Amino acid sequence: MSSLKHFLLRAVITLLFLAVPILGVWTFVKAEEWGLWFPPTYSTYGPSIDFLFDVIMWMVAVTFVGTELLLVWFFFRYSKKDATRATYTHGNHTLEMVWTAIPALLLIFVAFSQMKAWSTVKINFPEDGPYTVAKPLMEIYASQFDWRVRYPDAQGNFEGADVIEVPYDITVPADTKVVLRLKSRDVLHSFFVPVFRLKQDAVPGMEIPVWFEATRPGDYDLICAELCGWGHYKMAGKIHVLPKDEFASWLAKQRENLYAKD
Amino acid sequence: MSTHAHAPAHEAKPLGIDPPGTTHVSHEHHEFGFLRKYIFSTDHKVIGLQFLFTGLVMLLLGGLMAMAIRWQLAYPWTEMPVLGRLLFPATGGVTTPEGYTMLFTMHGTLMIFFVVIPLLTGTFGNYLIPLMLGAPDMAFPRLNMLGYWFWWPGIFCILLSFGAEGGGPAAGWTAYPPLSTIESAAPGSNWGQNWMLISLTFVGVSSMMGAVNYVTTIVKMRAPGMTFFRMPLSIWSLLVAALLQLFALPVLTAATFMQLFDRLFDAGFFTPTGVIINNVSPEAIGQAAGGHPLLWQHLFWFYAHPAVYILVVPSMGFVSDILAVHGRKPIFGYKPMVYSICGIAGLGFIVWGHHMFMSGMNPSVGLVFMTATIMIALPSAVKVFNWLGTLWGARIQVTTPMLFAVSFVAMFIIGGLSGIWMASTPVDIYIHDTYIIVAHFHYVVFAGSMMAIFAAIYHWFPKMFGRAMNETLGKIHFVGTFIALNGVFYMMHQLGLAGLMRRTADPYAYETYAHLQPMNQFISWCAFALLGWQIFFVLNFFGSMVWGKRVGRNPWNACSLEWEAPSPPGHGNFDKPLAVYHGPYEYGVPDAPKDFVPQTQKAVGFQVHA
Amino acid sequence: MSEALAAYDPAVDAPAHHHPVYDYDSGPPVERGKFAIWLFLATEIMFFSGLIGAYIVLRSAAKSWPDPQERLAVDITAFNTFLLITSSWTMVKAVFAAKAGERGKLLAWLAATIAIGASFVSIQVYEYIQLIHEGAIPKIDIFWSTFYAMTGFHGTHVVVGVIWLSCVWFKALGGGYTVRNNLGVELAGLYWHFVDLVWVLLFTIVYLF
Ligand code: HEM
Ligand SMILES: [Cu+2]
Ligand SMILES: [Cu+2]
Repeated sequence: MSSLKHFLLRAVITLLFLAVPILGVWTFVKAEEWGLWFPPTYSTYGPSIDFLFDVIMWMVAVTFVGTELLLVWFFFRYSKKDATRATYTHGNHTLEMVWTAIPALLLIFVAFSQMKAWSTVKINFPEDGPYTVAKPLMEIYASQFDWRVRYPDAQGNFEGADVIEVPYDITVPADTKVVLRLKSRDVLHSFFVPVFRLKQDAVPGMEIPVWFEATRPGDYDLICAELCGWGHYKMAGKIHVLPKDEFASWLAKQRENLYAKD
Repeated sequence: MSTHAHAPAHEAKPLGIDPPGTTHVSHEHHEFGFLRKYIFSTDHKVIGLQFLFTGLVMLLLGGLMAMAIRWQLAYPWTEMPVLGRLLFPATGGVTTPEGYTMLFTMHGTLMIFFVVIPLLTGTFGNYLIPLMLGAPDMAFPRLNMLGYWFWWPGIFCILLSFGAEGGGPAAGWTAYPPLSTIESAAPGSNWGQNWMLISLTFVGVSSMMGAVNYVTTIVKMRAPGMTFFRMPLSIWSLLVAALLQLFALPVLTAATFMQLFDRLFDAGFFTPTGVIINNVSPEAIGQAAGGHPLLWQHLFWFYAHPAVYILVVPSMGFVSDILAVHGRKPIFGYKPMVYSICGIAGLGFIVWGHHMFMSGMNPSVGLVFMTATIMIALPSAVKVFNWLGTLWGARIQVTTPMLFAVSFVAMFIIGGLSGIWMASTPVDIYIHDTYIIVAHFHYVVFAGSMMAIFAAIYHWFPKMFGRAMNETLGKIHFVGTFIALNGVFYMMHQLGLAGLMRRTADPYAYETYAHLQPMNQFISWCAFALLGWQIFFVLNFFGSMVWGKRVGRNPWNACSLEWEAPSPPGHGNFDKPLAVYHGPYEYGVPDAPKDFVPQTQKAVGFQVHA
Repeated sequence: MSEALAAYDPAVDAPAHHHPVYDYDSGPPVERGKFAIWLFLATEIMFFSGLIGAYIVLRSAAKSWPDPQERLAVDITAFNTFLLITSSWTMVKAVFAAKAGERGKLLAWLAATIAIGASFVSIQVYEYIQLIHEGAIPKIDIFWSTFYAMTGFHGTHVVVGVIWLSCVWFKALGGGYTVRNNLGVELAGLYWHFVDLVWVLLFTIVYLF
């Protein structure tokens, strides 16, 4: 092969590999502009999850760019035609120790830094607010392919004539620690509210507590995130977050309507 | 190394224990007919090639499913060109919602159980293990043949499931109950799901036979001087993959049997009490209940997490070997490479819960799984650093296998790093089951393992057929594949961050996702290009068998034993006795007459690594 | 274009005609067959661990679990368990006979093992028939689901064992084993002991607890 052709080949391949970190980082930078980034977050714990994502992202980005650039450089540099032999080495003990120990420390740091946020969302449920695991605001009942909400009667019972049941639309108060009980009537579903950074599978036979505190009134998408059959793609719901006082009057109105019907 | 020959092997062989290092030499001359030679062959090389050809056909099938999925995601509910009429004749080529669930279920199942695992372990496990160890065949050639032929009922059943009345299985490759066990939950997919489970059982038995054979051969049939720490990393990785199969697969088999019990005999392993599905209560129609859906998830992932390592560990081995041969340099940190493979495999058994962070499993247990999972990134990192160390100071030959091997490293970095996000439980709350997961595992399984499989095919093709593949076509294949695959998979990360869910037939029905369609169209066109581009591989593969450049025993000037045999090797593989004097990576040895010292060559007048 | 590819040179690259098959033995001093059977038994252990693990999980998660002693004929099965344990002993005798090269004894002990194994299966089939007559089938509840899955898979293993031992018996009849070559008997024996051991475990957790 002529040396020009060989050089061109090396150049093309090098550029190809070089494009990976460059475009890779560039698309992440541009993603927000293109609408390919996290939706805004409207729950109290949402920002801490985003923060952890960012921390890992920076570690990952540095590692990614560093290792890819080394790879690109080594490829370009050492594919040069060269009559001498390769460096004859079978490794280096110190290097191995270094590049095992440093990532190990970083990874242990990553692991420990997750624990608090996870406990907040999934383990330590609010006990001081108006709603608790024993006394949730509502029960969410998933089934193929819809969501149903039940608000208990005044005694906190979820069975009986005074229970308010609403399909698809889940109305909750803002700035309140809302605890709900997630159930499924048939198969697995998953309760996913992107703006709350909240996801929890609904499992038939289980009652799983879930909590969030919405920080901003508005209407948000509720999405089923676990394959539940042919209609999985359209198992949508809506979360209406109302200001606290409006929620109270909304709930009272529902009660009235219920009694009016009887 | 004294290799004393016994008299005829027919007497000597079945006797009790032979001291290590014993050699049996027999003078058998076989003339087989066509059937014994190519179809019901017990020769590991033929069986390897059978797995190769069958696996490539299944790859095409799985690839076509992927195209159908991508069409739907780009242009939902419109007539699909070419494939549509075949797949959905009833609707005039428009995907149906249940058809879509069936498509991704079949795509995943085919790719994992019928493409990547068989290509890695079936093809290269069979082809390379005896040759790299200096053995004449596998320890149990007939069991080996049986292993291949047990795969066929598996293929047959999975195809049956595809054509089953009412449509194929529709619960994903993970087959989560109760969707997968209660017929009324997924109307139509009744026998489809059964055939899939039966198929997986056959595939499991087939893999089991292979795995027992591989481990026995590696432990018991190494040529004189071939100690464990002189084995090529391909062999180490195949050994570890076989052990993973031995210990993980039976659990899946038990679980699929339980699911079949639920489906066929109305048992209640995975059906909880009190469910009402499609207005029917299973208990009311005489099915048992009292089971637990999460039980399946635990059993399944106990198998399937080690299985995702079966999908990648062998390719790590092949890539290491190819980097050394075409980089003309010893592998950097051979022992750390071995230990990290073992570390990945060992840790691989205690991390299955990371697929279940959102499943309702006790969240405190999730923290334990998280810590173990994050630590599994460590051996993966060690491997990447050692590959980079291997490239440093190398004399890289810009060959097609080398390009694919280097790209494996570049891509594995991406797949490995995204794993850290997923392992971090709070972050996973948001990204679980979104497209970032899809991006993650395609970067490891497609951009990683499939690229390694291509590298391995280009690298060992000369040994298999005595001819080399065309380098120009190979490079064209590489460049196009590399560009297209990144076009397909990279932006899936960002789609996932935008919240896009996997397994959704029409995401744009949600307001949240409506703006994602243009990006999905871009991805789909990259996918069509990716499949189309493989024509260069197909032409090269078949063309080179006939017109490829004729090569000798050792066209790449490599050190390991498979290159001592003729190309292609005849029955019994080696036509001369073997003795191994050192490790498989003696490239660029100072003062040696050539820049490589084969394992069979004693170092005289120069020094090699022990 | 590809200077890396060494060209074909008939002087070194042509395969040698008429060469022997070189078959090396390495590694620990244990026969290939025995090594493989241990690997196989390891997979079997994992298989039954899956089943037993599922049973334990389901049972501990259940709100109530029926008393097995009320539902199952524990005394008959206890006798059956005793039978199977006895067959392990006869199997040991068979292996000793094989190693001593005593064909007559080998045949007799093997036959005893096969007969006991077959009786075990027959008694279990009898138990199944009784239960099914009473309407106790897998779909009744989770107790019966797990019962049939676990005892059924074990029973299948015993049937396979009986068939395997019968093949060994016929080979022994034809003088297929000698003092130096009796691995076949030993391998079947290892499998048989494993199946017995699993039964003791299953009997304990399914029938007694
Ligand atoms: C660096 C090491 C790795 C880490 C930390 C890691 C972590 C994870 C985690 C936590 C998940 C579950 C995410 C979720 O569903 O929310 C996952 C999914 C997955 N991973 Fe990895 N992974 C790693 C390497 C690999 C490798 C090497 C492979 C395969 C060759 C692989 C294949 C997969 C597959 C197929 C899934 C998706 C399974 C499914 O839901 O269908 N991963 N990974
Ligand atoms: Cu769903
Ligand atoms: Cu995993």
